[in-house]
Amino acid sequence: MNVQDKIREQLGKDKIVLYMKGNPQVPQCGFSAKASQMLSSCGAKFASYDVLSDPELRQGLKDFSHWPTFPQLYIGGELVGGCDIMTELYQKGELQQLVAKAQGQAA
Amino acid sequence: MYMPEDIQQLIAQGLPGARVEVAGDGHHFEALVVSDQFTGKSTLQRHQMVYRTLGTKMGNEIHALSIKALAPGE
Repeated sequence: MNVQDKIREQLGKDKIVLYMKGNPQVPQCGFSAKASQMLSSCGAKFASYDVLSDPELRQGLKDFSHWPTFPQLYIGGELVGGCDIMTELYQKGELQQLVAKAQGQAA
Repeated sequence: MYMPEDIQQLIAQGLPGARVEVAGDGHHFEALVVSDQFTGKSTLQRHQMVYRTLGTKMGNEIHALSIKALAPGE
């Protein structure tokens, strides 16, 4: 299975997916840490993947989303954005709505 | 190491006619980009347009770039 299929499979398994450096318990980068904390404070149940431990996944994601940095947040298989956009959405209360809607659909 | 002027030039070349201001410490940068090409585009699309002007440098030589992408009048 090539990496693009692997990404599609991962995005199909969970409604909310965060590709980050490290993991929520031990983030390896400030932006990744902030992103996972924001999701947790929204009450999101999300899958996270550590791109530092999988260089092929890391490059594959850059091609897949045309987004060159991490973290990358996907909701419903769609790229929402990186830490900047998540912060903007969070401050406007929109990240909370996206999470609730995604999890509402999942429930 | 990258300087703000290098990034400012790359973005300006990639988005002709845009007003571009960049500040930064060599690793983390902030960019203000005003372009009529952003009109009607989402924040995500605008950021992707800016990243595209930086090619493979983003995420490699340039660790972090926070972007404020506005259409004229915003």
